[in-house]
Amino acid sequence: MRNELRRLVRDPGLFVVVVLVFASLGLFIAFPLGRVLQTSLFPRGVFAPTYFKYFLEGRPYLLRPFLNSLTVGTLVALAGTMVGFIFAYVVTRTDVPGKAVFRWIATLPIISPPFLLALSAILLLGRHGIITRFVQANWGFTWNIYGLPGLVLTETLAYFPLAFMTLEGVLAGIDPALEESALDLGASKLRTFTRITLPLATPGLAAAILLLLIRSLEDFGNPIVIQGRFPVLTVQAYLAITGMYNLPLGATLCVILLIPTVVAFILQRYWVTRRSYVTVTGRPSTAGLRSTEPWIKWPLFGVVCLLSTIVVLFYGMVFYGAFTKLWGVNYSLTLENFAYVFSTGATYLTNTLKLAGIATPLGGILGVLIAYLVSRKRFPGRATMDFLSMMNFAVPGIIVGIGYILAFNTPPIQLTGTAAIIVLVFIFQRMPVGIREGIAMLQQVDPTIDEAAADLGAGFFRTFRRITLPLIAPAVVAGMAYMFSACITSISAVIMVVSARWQLITVALLHEVDNADLSQAAAYGVVIVVVVMLAIFLLDFLVGRVLLRRGKHAR
Amino acid sequence: MLAELVLRELTKVFRARREAVVAVDHLNLAVGKGELVTLLGPSGCGKTTTLRLVGGFEDPDGGAIYLGDQEITHVPPQRRNTATVFQSYGLFPHMTVFENVAFGLKTRRVPRREIRDRVRVTLGLVGLAGLEHRPPSKLSGGQQQRVALARALVVSPQVLLFDEPLSNLDAKLRVETREHIKRIQKELRITSLYVTHDQAEAMAISDRIAVLNQGRVQQIGTPYEIYAKPANAFVADFIGRANLLHVKVKAVRDEQTELELPNGKTISVSGFPDLVVGETVTAVIRPEAVDLAPPESGDLMGKVIFAHYTGSLGTYRVELWEGTSINIEVLNPQEEGFLEPGLLVGLRLHRRTIHILREQ
Ligand SMILES: Nc1ncnc2c1ncn2[C@@H]1O[C@H](COP(=O)(O)OP(=O)(O)O)[C@@H](O)[C@H]1O
Ligand SMILES: [Mg+2]
Repeated sequence: MRNELRRLVRDPGLFVVVVLVFASLGLFIAFPLGRVLQTSLFPRGVFAPTYFKYFLEGRPYLLRPFLNSLTVGTLVALAGTMVGFIFAYVVTRTDVPGKAVFRWIATLPIISPPFLLALSAILLLGRHGIITRFVQANWGFTWNIYGLPGLVLTETLAYFPLAFMTLEGVLAGIDPALEESALDLGASKLRTFTRITLPLATPGLAAAILLLLIRSLEDFGNPIVIQGRFPVLTVQAYLAITGMYNLPLGATLCVILLIPTVVAFILQRYWVTRRSYVTVTGRPSTAGLRSTEPWIKWPLFGVVCLLSTIVVLFYGMVFYGAFTKLWGVNYSLTLENFAYVFSTGATYLTNTLKLAGIATPLGGILGVLIAYLVSRKRFPGRATMDFLSMMNFAVPGIIVGIGYILAFNTPPIQLTGTAAIIVLVFIFQRMPVGIREGIAMLQQVDPTIDEAAADLGAGFFRTFRRITLPLIAPAVVAGMAYMFSACITSISAVIMVVSARWQLITVALLHEVDNADLSQAAAYGVVIVVVVMLAIFLLDFLVGRVLLRRGKHAR
Repeated sequence: MLAELVLRELTKVFRARREAVVAVDHLNLAVGKGELVTLLGPSGCGKTTTLRLVGGFEDPDGGAIYLGDQEITHVPPQRRNTATVFQSYGLFPHMTVFENVAFGLKTRRVPRREIRDRVRVTLGLVGLAGLEHRPPSKLSGGQQQRVALARALVVSPQVLLFDEPLSNLDAKLRVETREHIKRIQKELRITSLYVTHDQAEAMAISDRIAVLNQGRVQQIGTPYEIYAKPANAFVADFIGRANLLHVKVKAVRDEQTELELPNGKTISVSGFPDLVVGETVTAVIRPEAVDLAPPESGDLMGKVIFAHYTGSLGTYRVELWEGTSINIEVLNPQEEGFLEPGLLVGLRLHRRTIHILREQ
């Protein structure tokens, strides 16, 4: 510790950077969260945790959202992980056709705003939904998609791809030779699956379940559209603040939401990942075990095809909805909705692009810098920096947004209503992904290279700029592509900090849903998806260029 | 000799959770100007850690490091005038050979023209002229190694540090490269600290060798000294092969010492005037310092229990009595003289190469 401090002071570049990073993390991550805690526990400057008392007493308006959130979260985590596992199993362990299509379909929900699924659930299954009307006309019964069924359906579709991606890596990392030798020793297919494959995939399954639980707990976009009379915590916290102006209640709901998410996050990060049998660096084996028996393969294939069709149907519905006059009333085709998006909605779109465009490089650089510091440098407080910087991974966006409102609406730092607060939310909410990408990439770079640079006289900045950054440039660009699209589609945190002057396209979409103009909302959705795809395509192209240029030198 | 690099009571402890590993334990060492000193020892004995302490990549928990007339114990690596040839080379993959070698000069703000000249001279010295514009990935292992060497040499460091620089090369190239390194080092008279676990490499390249075990220096000396006069059983056994035999001191005259072998025979060796009559000491007998003789005619007698023919050497293990055997090497063995297991042989010890250890 003393050594580390001495070392830090003697490397002025490093010292300055560490201090600045800590200052920014403290101000824009810890402080807003602290304000949420403070507002819930000390509403008027004195200790009065009234709503916590009510919560423990079991008052329904506090307890029900809590139980509802946990119910939805658990169901979504289990269903989504199961679906993800089936997808992953089919892709890694069978030789069915169309795998590339499945992969592509599984990425759709990741690049689109999640609440788009809630929107199309209403287009399909809502009171005026296509399927609803068809069933009603032919069989005379109907249902209510709002509430628990709609939440579980839309969130499962929105988040199963995360489970798929986790489990695909896990399954690909399990050497088929293990399964083959079990078969070789006389175990049946089923026994091999239950005794070998499943146990080896268990840490991955646990990780996927926890990840989906977190995502569902912190989801805001889907519930605000489709929760109906089944209130969940994120939406209730939002309503407490924007509808009732009851800050202590909103803050208390935030804290109640924070507890399960943080527990799940800590379990996922410090427990599950440590019990993983499969090394991340293990080369995914491509050979072997592709000839699963037909009676296993084709039913699974059927399931995957069905699910893929559902995903495609949901997205297709948004497109269709965007070209109809007024959903539920007049289904004739039109371009009016897009005309509206590109006239009235144009400012929202340019605002979103502008602010995301500012936030992305800033967040990207900061993320890489932090990744570099925590994975390569030794200094006092390194573990704290790691934890602080990854915190917004676990903290639901709505809490981040409420924290910003509480922290930055009064001097000395008054930011509410400005563009800056939106940019800051973008940066600090989306940075963890950049950090993770950066760390993953840095693990591929021999630390000796850094040491060699220092050995030859290069200080912190020179090493970072001349050696580290060029070496991990592809990851930086990829991380920024992700961050940019995540900013464009994000809603939960920014909905708290947008203003009349700085309105964003996702929020505009929600307003249209609120006004029951679903066609209009769908048009916004289509524009968002197209913009994100363009951005990803463009950045993919850029990454390709960077890789090509580097490819000439890369070892 | 003027010491250029001095390590005084240097200590480094790695703490991981509950354990603490003392990687370097009160280590003292002085490297003279222009001298090449090797840290030699088994894997995990703290060689790399010592070198990294000198390079500034680790911070010591105790002791001090002096470079020239300055203390550099806690100076960060970028401000030490040392240069390291890393085990994995650490070449910058996104730069050409030229850029790699020029990197250290650029950080020192050397003028462009001078950079060009110095890089060219150094690349010529290590035999890489003409490869300036290749990326490291387009070089063979031996060439990469020489880029690493050139990159360290070009900045004219006060001390050059080598961490097992040959370990990634194949056996033949290893021998060539170590001769090459030695020649350049002598030519430039550059003070060097060299780490290896390969004793042949250490013997070939070093002016002096420091033998390390468990973070402690066991002995410092010239290759001859540590082989012929090992300070303790560890050094005797680690450097080459050694047979250790407990013997009793029978008589000590001015120049001659009489030792009683376990079988009662007495041999007389020169030197060791400090020994006390009656004490038991350990005799270090090198395998090549024993001649075969007809049974009953040597100093010792035993049964061959193992025989191995490698071409240039015949290697035997001879059991002297229950539980004790010694290893013997015979240079250039002939077919008719080669012994089969089960035969009885006599052994004659070379008096001049017997070394005595006081410790038990
Ligand atoms: N960064 C580290 N953290 C913990 N222990 C270490 C670290 N580096 C080395 N050690 C330990 O210190 C001892 C000496 O290591 P090292 O200097 O690498 O040995 P050598 O180079 O002689 O093989 C070993 O026991 C090793 O496990
Ligand atoms: Mg080593």
